[in-house]
Amino acid sequence: MTANARENILSRLRAITMQGSFVVPEAPIIAGLMLSREERIDRLRRMLETMHAEVRAVAADGWIEELKALLRSRSLNGLLYAPATPLGAALEAAWEEGLPPLVPYTAPVEECREQLFTIDAGITSTRGAIAESGALILWPSVAEPRLMSLTPGLHIAVLEADEVFNTFAEAMERQGWAKGMPTNALLISGPSKTADIELTLTFGVHGPKELVVLIRF
Amino acid sequence: MAKTKDVAIFERNVAKALGDGQLRRNLRSAMATLSQRRRTLFADAEAFEQLRAQGQSIRRRALSQLPELLEQLEQRCTANGVQVHWAETTTEANAIVLDIVRRHGATRVIKGKSMVSEEMHLNHFLEEQGIEALETDLGEYIIQLDGETPSHIIVPAIHKNKDQIAHLFHERIPDAPYTEVVEELNAIARQELRGKFRAGEVGISGVNFAVAETGTLCLVENEGNGRMCTTAPPVHIALMGLEKVVEKLQDVPPLLRLLTGSATGQPITTYFNMITTPRRPGELDGPREVHLVILDNGRSGIYADPERRTTLQCIRCGACLNHCPIYTRLGGHAYGHVYPGPIGSILTPQLEGLNEAGVMATASTFCGACEEVCPVKIPFTGILRMLRNEAYASTESEHDVKGHGYRYTTVEALSWKSWSLYNTSPALSRIGIRVLSRIVQHLPMIGPLKEWTRTRTPPPFAPKTLHELAHQRGLDDDR
Amino acid sequence: MKAYYFGTCVIDACFPQAGLAGIELLQREGVQVIFPQDQSCCGQPAYNSGFPEEARKVARHQIKTFTQDYPIIVPSGSCAGMLKHQYPSLFAGQPDEEEALRFSSRIYELSEFLIKALDVRLEDRGEPIKVTWHSSCHALREMAIIPYAKALLRQLERVELVELQNERECCGFGGTFSVKQPAISAAMVNDKVSDIVQTGAARVLSTDCGCLLNISGAIGYRGLNIPAQHLAEFILERTHGQD
Repeated sequence: MTANARENILSRLRAITMQGSFVVPEAPIIAGLMLSREERIDRLRRMLETMHAEVRAVAADGWIEELKALLRSRSLNGLLYAPATPLGAALEAAWEEGLPPLVPYTAPVEECREQLFTIDAGITSTRGAIAESGALILWPSVAEPRLMSLTPGLHIAVLEADEVFNTFAEAMERQGWAKGMPTNALLISGPSKTADIELTLTFGVHGPKELVVLIRF
Repeated sequence: MAKTKDVAIFERNVAKALGDGQLRRNLRSAMATLSQRRRTLFADAEAFEQLRAQGQSIRRRALSQLPELLEQLEQRCTANGVQVHWAETTTEANAIVLDIVRRHGATRVIKGKSMVSEEMHLNHFLEEQGIEALETDLGEYIIQLDGETPSHIIVPAIHKNKDQIAHLFHERIPDAPYTEVVEELNAIARQELRGKFRAGEVGISGVNFAVAETGTLCLVENEGNGRMCTTAPPVHIALMGLEKVVEKLQDVPPLLRLLTGSATGQPITTYFNMITTPRRPGELDGPREVHLVILDNGRSGIYADPERRTTLQCIRCGACLNHCPIYTRLGGHAYGHVYPGPIGSILTPQLEGLNEAGVMATASTFCGACEEVCPVKIPFTGILRMLRNEAYASTESEHDVKGHGYRYTTVEALSWKSWSLYNTSPALSRIGIRVLSRIVQHLPMIGPLKEWTRTRTPPPFAPKTLHELAHQRGLDDDR
Repeated sequence: MKAYYFGTCVIDACFPQAGLAGIELLQREGVQVIFPQDQSCCGQPAYNSGFPEEARKVARHQIKTFTQDYPIIVPSGSCAGMLKHQYPSLFAGQPDEEEALRFSSRIYELSEFLIKALDVRLEDRGEPIKVTWHSSCHALREMAIIPYAKALLRQLERVELVELQNERECCGFGGTFSVKQPAISAAMVNDKVSDIVQTGAARVLSTDCGCLLNISGAIGYRGLNIPAQHLAEFILERTHGQD
């Protein structure tokens, strides 16, 4: 009965058997990274590229053309996207022949597992990025579900240049994470990788094999 | 003098590990690489000291209010729709997992890496109940194929080199070609596991940090298998040791940086996965049920002693293993328990009792390499020394570790008594050393001297001691 | 200036010349060195083997031997570490805790004292020689005196230091560890010796005779001729022009 276990555990934790205090040392104040916008973006780019992500700076009004060029240069069986987002709507409006079909993710995973696990590419928005560690922030949602950035072989992430934070702590603070966390919040710093065999780093394991980040200015 | 059981077992393990040249080569190379990567990332020594002082403070702050934070965590998780279970023992924890699995009629679980699940011997337990438990982390997958347990907390198959893995894959994975190319080996594993992710019925994971403030479970990983296990199946079970709770979200960034940096020299892992609720209404994926199992298994006993409580600061980064000269020579299996290396040596005797694992506390020279790199400043040598004191204690002590006094023998106690008598009596010392140095070459090679001279020339006792030479030079007094 | 000298039991029994060398280096700088005959062992063997009571008895005896308020100089990082950093724990809550703390505050490792207090200058009179260095664990971490030891070595112009691949790795002595976990200890010291051999050095130096006892024992067992020498002895030799 876990209720008993709960009571037993908590009462044991409350019953300190020994005299003697457990000192909590003061944490030093560490000045966080404070970079200019240009420096933040530059650092983010360098770190993503070190982790084998591809980073492209795109103009706010030219990003779709950039995306199309990227897609045309590969043979992809489809592009998973979220229709109920501004990103999705923009894609729908601009789509044309000769591009991989736009595949909406609008049914529960139970109904489209096969497709989700075999589609070649997916595109998602982001909720900003962190310069210090080189990571994108994603908050999957009803409109843009979790598997979109996980199952496709190629993940394309659209990042607003204005939303690059210095540090994880800064991002959490400015975006008010403590006020309410989503079902799932993610930091993504590159394509999936492993070093489990002789500590040799290789890319493309269970998550996407490729990550392309479009930074919109 | 009869050896205690734990000592005898360890001795056999040590002989086996030290005799395995391939293992020693693999380990030496791996530890050198991991410590180098960590050193590169934390090149600024002062910055690292500050960061780990922060890490220590955060962990201690959490531990100083552990029962309150666990209650808060439970309350938040429950409000979020996560079902919280408590287990005093691994038996209870296994039963909880089995119950959930059975209720969903599942026969297959997919697992992300979890050291707590190793502590539970969960896979073995489930298999006995007819439930397939498949490891999806590449390192864990490799050792599962070979019927082994992990030999390292972070890199489970670190003791194997690529041709050993090539052979293993070729033999055990249907249709897998023989290849020693690492990319190809990874591709074989990716292919093999892809289908399992699709079909997984229950996903099981560990927890790196559990945030009491928001009821958020945090997981680090590079491969994507962890996200798969916690997103694709309809049920997710998260297993955590009760010490893993932290107070607030803002405690996470420094600990994350310390964890990934100390473990493998990375500023961050590929994915940092923060789970707060099961699938919410309208959402299209994610598990419909999320369970959190909070495991005690002896941790509350450690907690009760403020000095030993520092053991629970651990964030399971593995840096202590990577820098330990003993671990480097033995690898994880020789320790014979779930957690090896320095953290294993302080944790296991406290969890399992000194009779089972007291010997682990003697497998240290107190070199301090572990303490130097620990991201949360666990005082390893202090705790090891305390465990040795407990092992040989002849009277009650306030620390009272399980198995207290198990290694006490009158012979050893008397030896140290004569040692202290000798060293507190200048007259005795003078005679003693003179006698010893003259007869040492005639002494039968017994006990310590025998061990020493198996691999070394005998100590070169000098014809005159420093005491005698100093006296001759008139340095005795303060003139 | 007056200073006490704590010889350490390993030096006393096996390497008295190293002990004397330390004394001479201090005397050369004008220090009046006092060696109280009643001293024995710092207590570390019992302290680390699970017998704190016995360790305390021996430790108390040392505290009562070095009565005056002079610095106490110790030619060993390990023993200095015990006297300076562990006595406070060993005497926590004891009636003579204050006395122990005062004693600990006067402890200096030899290299540290030579550089910090005496600002020693060395003139190398020896022939060119290649040496390698083993960083004893307590000298390195607990006492943090390796920078001083190396500063002394660097002053000797004709001494070429070739670093070990794993300079900071423990040699496997660990006091009673060497006989309680003999197989692991042997593996460690043999790796250390192989490392020493691959440097091509003519000597291996260290601040700690416990390590030197261990390393020289293994070197001897392998029939190699690479003297393992205490830094003080080496410095004295080099600065007297002997070889």
